[in-house]
Amino acid sequence: MNIPYRPIALGLLVLGFSALVLGRAQAGGSHFFAPVANTVVKEECGSCHLPFAPSMLPASSWTRMMGNLKDHFGDDASVDPKLAAEITAYLVANAGDQGGQRYGAKLLRGVSTTNAPLRITELPKWTREHRKVPDWEWKHKDVRTKANCTACHTQAELGYYDE
Amino acid sequence: MHLNRTIPALLACAAVLLAGAAHAGVREDQLAQYASAAKAANPGFAGFSAERGKTLHTQAFTGGKPDTPACTSCHGKDPRGTGKTPTGKSIDAMAASVTPARYTDPAKVEKWFKRNCTEVLGRVCTPQEKGDWLSFMLSQ
Repeated sequence: MNIPYRPIALGLLVLGFSALVLGRAQAGGSHFFAPVANTVVKEECGSCHLPFAPSMLPASSWTRMMGNLKDHFGDDASVDPKLAAEITAYLVANAGDQGGQRYGAKLLRGVSTTNAPLRITELPKWTREHRKVPDWEWKHKDVRTKANCTACHTQAELGYYDE
Repeated sequence: MHLNRTIPALLACAAVLLAGAAHAGVREDQLAQYASAAKAANPGFAGFSAERGKTLHTQAFTGGKPDTPACTSCHGKDPRGTGKTPTGKSIDAMAASVTPARYTDPAKVEKWFKRNCTEVLGRVCTPQEKGDWLSFMLSQ
């Protein structure tokens, strides 16, 4: 029998390499926060700002935030109650303290889940990671707010926050 | 031989045309609803004006949030160009000719009128204002 060793070896090599790359991405070889996959959440949360990864806050924060969309950081962002329930369920199920979210868990180290913080940008780990960013850069016309992740993290929409 | 390829192509064309027609219908229905509401509020109502819609879109208000005095604060001065939210997200052009998917979902249109009129004008928009504005964007 004539076994085609070469294609098999090549295939295995490609497979192994992809597994390595994917594995690194998911295990946190980079600062990876799985982006929002739910289309309703993407649409409702993502039309005004980057739909922030649910793993960036604990479940209690998402529940608190969704409970007061009428005053959403100063804006009235209320949505239809049925949609709100779906969004809350998704955010809570994928929250950073729900296990299996390596980077989410790291970001939430030392964060009290009972306090339910609302601003990702006030988490201790977030502040530490961004301490070297000078004031003028935050005020730059292409940045303007700390909620504008993509201004610097060009891959943020895909979940990567390395650069 | 060629028929095999032509038929699906024709079907696709028909689907696109039908979808386009359906969109137009949805928009007209919504405009008609605004028109009857406007008439109910003001018996002298004599139809929408894209020109008034343009003024509404570009004028600065003082009743809303100070950082967004006008529609153009986020949507940009040119309705055919893109805009930017305060958090840096790009907004597709409002002109129907540039973003054909716009104004094809009445609930979405209402949702954004409610949200954005509150932010910019500090109150909900009247049916006439909505119709004027929509007429302006459909004409663009």
